[in-house]
Amino acid sequence: MNWSLALPEIVLSCCAMAILVFGVVVREDSTFVCTMLGLGAFLLTAMLILAAPFGTGYGGLFVVDPFADFMKLLILAGGAMAVVMSLDYNRHERLTRFEFPVLIVLSTVGMMVMASAANLMSLYLGLELQSLCIYVLAAFARDEQRSAEAGLKYFVLGALASGLLLYGISLVYGFAGTMDFARITRALTDPVTVSPGLVVGIVFIVTGLAFKISAAPFHMWTPDVYEGAPTPVTSFMSTAPKVAAMALLLRTMVAPFGHLLAQWQQLIVLVSILSMLWGSLAAIGQSSIKRLMAYSSIGHMGYALIGLAAGTAVGIRGVLIYMVTYVFMSAGTFAVIIAMRRRGRACEQINDLSGLGRTDPAMALAMVIFMFSMAGIPPMSGFFGKLYVFLAAVQAGMWTLAVIGVLTSVIGAYYYLRIIKVMYFDTGGEAFDPRPASLSVIAAGTGLFTTLFFVLPGPVLNAAQAAAQALFG
Amino acid sequence: MNAAGFPILSLITWLPLLGGIIIMCVRGDEATVASNARWTALWTSLIVLVLSLVLWARFDTGEPGFQFVESVTWLPDFHVGYRMGVDGISVLFVLLSTLLTPICVLASWDAIRVRVREYMLAFLVLETMMVGMFCALDFVVFYMFFEGVLIPMFLIIGVWGGPRRVYAALKFFLYTLTGSVLMLLALLAMWFRAGTTDMTVLLHTSFPPAMQDWLFFAFFASFAVKVPMWPVHTWLPDAHVEAPTAGSVILAGVLLKMGGYGFLRFSVPMLPQGSADFAPFMFALSVVAVIYTSAVALAQEDMKKLIAYSSVAHMGVVTIGIFTFNVQGISGAMFQMLSHGIVSAALFLVVGVIYDRLHTREITRYGGLVHRMPVYAVVFLVFTMASVGLPGTSGFVGEILVIIGSFRVSFWLSLLGGTGMILGAAYALWLYRRVIYGRLTRDDLKAMLDLSPREIAVFAPLVLLTFWMGFYPESFTSFWDASVGAMVEHHQAALAAPMHLAGLAR
Repeated sequence: MNWSLALPEIVLSCCAMAILVFGVVVREDSTFVCTMLGLGAFLLTAMLILAAPFGTGYGGLFVVDPFADFMKLLILAGGAMAVVMSLDYNRHERLTRFEFPVLIVLSTVGMMVMASAANLMSLYLGLELQSLCIYVLAAFARDEQRSAEAGLKYFVLGALASGLLLYGISLVYGFAGTMDFARITRALTDPVTVSPGLVVGIVFIVTGLAFKISAAPFHMWTPDVYEGAPTPVTSFMSTAPKVAAMALLLRTMVAPFGHLLAQWQQLIVLVSILSMLWGSLAAIGQSSIKRLMAYSSIGHMGYALIGLAAGTAVGIRGVLIYMVTYVFMSAGTFAVIIAMRRRGRACEQINDLSGLGRTDPAMALAMVIFMFSMAGIPPMSGFFGKLYVFLAAVQAGMWTLAVIGVLTSVIGAYYYLRIIKVMYFDTGGEAFDPRPASLSVIAAGTGLFTTLFFVLPGPVLNAAQAAAQALFG
Repeated sequence: MNAAGFPILSLITWLPLLGGIIIMCVRGDEATVASNARWTALWTSLIVLVLSLVLWARFDTGEPGFQFVESVTWLPDFHVGYRMGVDGISVLFVLLSTLLTPICVLASWDAIRVRVREYMLAFLVLETMMVGMFCALDFVVFYMFFEGVLIPMFLIIGVWGGPRRVYAALKFFLYTLTGSVLMLLALLAMWFRAGTTDMTVLLHTSFPPAMQDWLFFAFFASFAVKVPMWPVHTWLPDAHVEAPTAGSVILAGVLLKMGGYGFLRFSVPMLPQGSADFAPFMFALSVVAVIYTSAVALAQEDMKKLIAYSSVAHMGVVTIGIFTFNVQGISGAMFQMLSHGIVSAALFLVVGVIYDRLHTREITRYGGLVHRMPVYAVVFLVFTMASVGLPGTSGFVGEILVIIGSFRVSFWLSLLGGTGMILGAAYALWLYRRVIYGRLTRDDLKAMLDLSPREIAVFAPLVLLTFWMGFYPESFTSFWDASVGAMVEHHQAALAAPMHLAGLAR
């Protein structure tokens, strides 16, 4: 058996155990060391991923292809940035517990399994490992009511979504007779003979996964959980798990159910349109920046889903490029949000940013870059994400979707511009506390990526192209 | 390589950004930073101006195609490249942009006192975006610059603008963005159809007639907002009134031309059938713009608002000229755009001069300025006359060419379009009378000083150009004669082809 295919996952989970043991043994103030060890584990895993061969292993449960590698590297990047951002935040909020990095690492293992899942069973296991860790992380500030509420809410609704997903899986299993992606593909070659029960199963699977990527109309948990969870956890939730769930959704729809495009396309189009509309309209009235980011992420998932709705390799490539740009600009925005701290207290209102252009020009500039990028204004990277998903929609002739997409992006631009307005046009507002170096590094790095993406987009585009091709075999 | 021997267009495009980086690196107390920022911005924009004069001198006016072409692969596999090049239609717009930027820097020398560094940075970024947009020969590159312009302009209006700046900046941004995103869809459709975004290829790709109408509509959404055409012009008066003087100058001088340039670069040559189908519609909107906004201008009490409405009217003449599809009309539209770029920019500067002294733009607050400010009165007169279209000034040539061109299309079109000149005389002269003549009654007006040497340096090149264009228009029209001739020929050939086929079938 070719067990070495899962070497990165095995190494990463062993590292998580080791860090856990280390934390328990050392006991006193080992958080910093554990965090650094976690980062080291991420780095090691990333190198292993780049070195590992492609193939299918574990009796078809687990597949390693360019698509999986692309997603895993993106997941690791998101996880690593969240770990770095937690350093300063946790110290301020007295959350310095070594379990924090361990939980993030374990949840990352789950996500990597999700990216490689080639069977409905391994899909579910990866998803649950990821989710269980995040339920705990969301409630990590356990003395704070908001955080506990966020954790509980996420758990209850997440369990419901998992139930729906599991129900869908059992229906598919019942009607297709197998859980293996390759075998399902073979069984469904002729869409005419597909029984309605199986289509119902697909609907349940899409519902469960739409919940995980917080696409409307399954987004209800997002604003509350985003607001209540500790901010580094919010930043984590808005990047890596989204990528992993998107990877699952793409692989499940394209690989086993690829022949049923006509059946699930309508569903994805609907979810995409609702997400874009709700993400842009509901964000307008928000006053908390974390809630705003929640709606913003709902909208972004809607745009990314345009690519999947097109159902072509070009579309999948668009989704992948979109996710890359999204992860970096989202992480950067959260770095700025975490840096919003006055006299030791975290600020979460949009109005707290007032006058930032004067008090901290560098931080304001970074935020401006992220906001313009999220609004999809060239030459920021966010524009390229939108360009490629819209290209796919136009190629597939989905004009309604494309027109709704561009028009909601104008509505969305309004609330991103509002943040810029608060920072630059409004005066007053005290300066924030000095930024910790960790956050500056993240904001500067992601800011540079977002601004300079247009200079050399080749590597990312080529990698996305290869990954999308791999999915279509 | 190209005629200049080095990538001159890229240099002109990106050099301002380098100046911006230098400005960002300046350290010290606020006064030092401000002074360094001003001088760096001035020198950068002057060097860029000199470089663009090289472009002007080396430009081969006999060549209808693109010159100084540069090409580098950019997005792999998708046939999108970083391609730059100018032809007769774009080259003078590049010069207009590089000329107005140093003038704007000079005009803001004393007027801007807060966040000078950021202000100068915004103008240099704006210059990069404007020049890049006129030079781009790839649709994706064009689009990036076209939308990228919004970022610095939004900040210029919003940070250094007047009391209602937030509203004006957001309105400006959202109006233009709505148009642009629809153009993005047209871009994608053309990309998909032609397999490349190289504009030289797109210019010779024929799109099916049904598709052309949709594409034209998408382009119309973008460029009509930018021009701006009635009824989507409402962002312009707000943006002009709230923007700082230099912001208005660039807005009127260059940003409005982006719309007209877009029609000439994309709509007319790439979509001949679509343009022909929509021409009556465009004429109708343009005529309404000319007559209605001229009437609205008569009623204004704010000087900047009056000039803003007059801009809409003048640009209405431009769109009439473009859609006549004959050499006179398009040539007139080009001339009118350049002339308007200089004259309306100068008029905003003229308003800026007295606004700097009295901090109000209300027409009734002024009167009798000729007694205290004779030089100012002369400068104001020159530009008022140019705006009216007096023979001998730049305004005349463009309008008369457009009227001739439109006469070949329809008598009524030229008659209605021509009323703009009469109404223009009414509001412009009345404005001049109210501000400059009359009795000098108020004490604060009596204390006003005439133009300073810096202000004279700002106006001198503009006055010179206004007369140069009026007395010797051929030195400008010769630049685009070849390109416009080729465009009109191409347009007629494209329209004739389907008819010819239809004739054969019969």
